[in-house]
Amino acid sequence: MERDDIIEYSLDGHHSEEAGVKIRKKIWFVTALLTAITAVEVILGMLIKQDSGAWPFVKWGFIVLTIVKAAYIVLVFMHLGEERKGLKYVILIPYFIFMLYLIFILLWEGTSVGETLATYAS
Amino acid sequence: MAGHASKQIDSKTLWGGKISPFSTSYGKLMMWFFLVSDALTFGGLLVAYGFTRHNYGGSWPIGEETFNSLPFLGHGYPLIYVALMTFLLIVSSVTMVLAVEAGHRMDKKGVIKWMVATIIGGFFFLGSQAWEWSHFIHGSEFGKVELADGSLAVVKGHFGEIENFTVTKAGHHHKVDETITEDVMHMYQHAVAEGHVHNNVITLHDGSEARIAKKDNSEMKLLVKESGGTYDKGTVIEGAEAIKMYEDVVNSGDAHRITYGANLQENEYGPKQYGQFFFFITGFHGFHVFSGVLINILILMGVVRGVYHKRGHYEMVEKTGLYWHFVDLVWVFVFTFFYLV
Repeated sequence: MERDDIIEYSLDGHHSEEAGVKIRKKIWFVTALLTAITAVEVILGMLIKQDSGAWPFVKWGFIVLTIVKAAYIVLVFMHLGEERKGLKYVILIPYFIFMLYLIFILLWEGTSVGETLATYAS
Repeated sequence: MAGHASKQIDSKTLWGGKISPFSTSYGKLMMWFFLVSDALTFGGLLVAYGFTRHNYGGSWPIGEETFNSLPFLGHGYPLIYVALMTFLLIVSSVTMVLAVEAGHRMDKKGVIKWMVATIIGGFFFLGSQAWEWSHFIHGSEFGKVELADGSLAVVKGHFGEIENFTVTKAGHHHKVDETITEDVMHMYQHAVAEGHVHNNVITLHDGSEARIAKKDNSEMKLLVKESGGTYDKGTVIEGAEAIKMYEDVVNSGDAHRITYGANLQENEYGPKQYGQFFFFITGFHGFHVFSGVLINILILMGVVRGVYHKRGHYEMVEKTGLYWHFVDLVWVFVFTFFYLV
């Protein structure tokens, strides 16, 4: 029961067999990549202890790798990379603004609260 | 010509909702907006975790010390289990995206095949999480110990097996010289936590007393997490000294100096907020996985009945797929911030 006065966006996602082969190839590539990143994270975590001098670099490495993983999931698996620019930024920009602010303010406050507790609570 | 409309637009065209600025259907757009709000919730939880950890004075538990066990294989495998869980969720995300891809080719059989695989992966993940929770709640054989100087230490090592209890003083149930072999570990831990062990004699629930026959603990390490009068945090006590100090606390008859496992009030891994965040964040995520599996099953039933094939597109599969990928996405962050760093 299709109505010709409504644009059926749901059909936009359709693709041919040949295109499907290409898309599946990309999916398997991303799978291998995500698995490899997770394996690297676990091995690094086992080799470098939290009290070693290299730990701060490893920690930031973990955070960067996590964001890489998240980007592949959102852009490829969730197809956000193929959506209109407008939709992409309506999703990403507000989220990043709120989260960066929240992370900044709570780490700032956390340090301050920690110092106060260290001075007065004990 | 400001203020002058050059062309008359009737309200039907203007407000009829004919064209979407994002070229997506209403349902998909709303799914995205829902996911953004849900992502803010999880973001808030993880940032709150960071805040608590950041202002905490003592030392926070380390993932690889807390989560180092595998089913059937015991201890000594830091983070392997969680890594397997992560891999499992990534794989089920892949099978979901393959289902969506099959839907775009109107391949009904393909959609069914990959959605079934996704649902199985989801159940496996839920089962893994149940094991993880059970393990976290029951805790280790040693527990966390409060040493004589008031410092708190996490205990690692090899626990000498308990052979039996021989009753030396009768109570309501047990008679003198009776040998108890059932459920001894549970009774032992309970008695130790309550301070009912004294000079290797355990006082049981029914008031009877029994001598403990137990092999010696070995290879013990006490990792001090909270400073006391003598030991500062970060100190590691090893060897015979560690064994003796632990035994002294067990046999002291003092209550609450050894904590086993975890609940919302206390846990053996670190500060109580650690346990609370563990339960809330992994629990909230697990609830998302659970509801995701249910939604996937409902959509699969629609696929099997041919509802979407008749409709001409499999966008419902795409929408439930978005939710499912989101669950994977959240786990990637939980894995990093709860377990790795």
